[in-house]
Amino acid sequence: MAPYFLIFTTFTVVPVVMSLLLSFTHYNMLEPPTWAGWSNYIRLLVQDDVFLIAVKNTILFAAITGPISYMACFLFAWLINELPPRLRAFLTLVLYAPSISGNVLLIWQLLFSSDSYGYANSFLMSWGFILEPVQWLQDPRYMLGILIIVQLWLSLGTSFLAFIAGLQNVDRTMYEAGAIDGIRNRWQELWFITLPAMRPQLMFGAVIQISTAFAVAEVSVNLLGFPSVDYAGHTIVTHLMDFGTIRFELGYASSIATVLFSMMLLTNLLTQKLLRKVGE
Amino acid sequence: MRIIKAYKFKRLNRSLGVDLLLFAVIGMVACFMALPLVFTINNAFKPIDEIFQFPPKLFVRNPTFKNFIDLVHIFNDSWVPFSRYIFNTFFITTTGTAGHVLLASAAAYPLAKIKFPGRSVLFSIVVLSLMFTSHVTQVPNYMTISWLGLIDTYWAIILPAFGMTLGLYLMKQFMEQIPDALIEAAKMDGASEYRIFWQIVMPMVKPAWLTLIIFALQNLWSGSAIKFIYSEQLKTINDVFGQIAAGGIVRTGPVAAVTLLMMVVPITVFIVTQSNIIQTMSTSGLKD
Repeated sequence: MAPYFLIFTTFTVVPVVMSLLLSFTHYNMLEPPTWAGWSNYIRLLVQDDVFLIAVKNTILFAAITGPISYMACFLFAWLINELPPRLRAFLTLVLYAPSISGNVLLIWQLLFSSDSYGYANSFLMSWGFILEPVQWLQDPRYMLGILIIVQLWLSLGTSFLAFIAGLQNVDRTMYEAGAIDGIRNRWQELWFITLPAMRPQLMFGAVIQISTAFAVAEVSVNLLGFPSVDYAGHTIVTHLMDFGTIRFELGYASSIATVLFSMMLLTNLLTQKLLRKVGE
Repeated sequence: MRIIKAYKFKRLNRSLGVDLLLFAVIGMVACFMALPLVFTINNAFKPIDEIFQFPPKLFVRNPTFKNFIDLVHIFNDSWVPFSRYIFNTFFITTTGTAGHVLLASAAAYPLAKIKFPGRSVLFSIVVLSLMFTSHVTQVPNYMTISWLGLIDTYWAIILPAFGMTLGLYLMKQFMEQIPDALIEAAKMDGASEYRIFWQIVMPMVKPAWLTLIIFALQNLWSGSAIKFIYSEQLKTINDVFGQIAAGGIVRTGPVAAVTLLMMVVPITVFIVTQSNIIQTMSTSGLKD
């Protein structure tokens, strides 16, 4: 146990604590940090209009993708679990494919390409729904929606695999006992036996999904560009990248990270409360 | 009719109709999810004129191995033998994965099953650290690694991988499900903590560490080491492939071949581990 925590502390706890401290300083990575008190936070919440757009986008995004992808992860893991091992392994691979292959976003660029050859445009035009190509990835009306769709498509990842493994750990005899106790269909079985038995995995999945839903950035940067048109695809993390890696205001970037962190923390508390009610 | 009867007998609380409906849904979703795989495989075999065809096509019409042959030529020209890059990546990936799975499991066991002061505090630190974005911790991390003198060595990648948070959390959650009675019974029979860990706990959470192997491997295999490793002979395949891609638009074909090759290892490991994830919970008459 000791070796793990030694390494964990060095490479995870220390950097986190350092950046928490940095959030109270002005630091440009060249000169030593100077103490700033709460000024980073005040600037962030009161003066930074773009940050408010980022917060709005992130919350909207997380509120939609978080719960849906979480449930999808569980649902598919649960359905696949009843198949024979080989078929299950194959289907798991196919469903997990977007997370394992490198160039996934290319497909979406093709699909939503803004000329009339993009798949979405050419389909809608040939059916007569639209007369000229839509600029899917540049029009603020569609950008957040597309971001949500792509992220949902990517969502069968870590928690999905954890759920598959978790389902193997459910005691089979409990299903037989349940059938005797009057459980009549698969949905009752799911609610009264499977879900409560998987509570540790459900908690794990929740934490993972919350941190991915709130920290969305890569998809937005690759698909919508950085910065995106009218900041329509701007999220808290892209805002953070802007200040951290382009403007080198690391103190300010750290304060953004801290705000994001507290948002996740709050969501996590709520979710864990809800999860305790499962199966009652 | 007999088949349907046998089917009903075998599976508790299931009806054929709902089964069919649900699996039709899975099938449709699966087709959609398989797109990147199909795309990558097809692209690797496309001749150059099909890669640049406009509008782009998903499926290849005249499959060719030219991209792979070009790739071999590129590697023959580099001054570090290609096998060295393969060795680098394999060394980093296997050491990092093995170390992480072992250390995280060993740390998760006491956290899940042994009561000691500060346990819950320690565990909340672990969960909380999962939620902190890595974008801001990168700079402090670099400073730590350089202070330890690990820059430009394999260990700059391997050592932090040992202490990844995900594994500990995953293993701890699975170990929590093991009935306390089982461990107490083993203790009664005189088994040491060490023996309990290896012979009872680890076999029971086999699905968990099989899954963890995928996570760790995928992370190390496709991760970039370019921030910490500068010497050409120490670079990983992934970073070298990045350099090939930087060679410009004429390299598009070989890059497509590379993308496919890079997926082979994770997918193989994935299939092997996933088909070995089987029922492990055997409470054998224990009551909590």
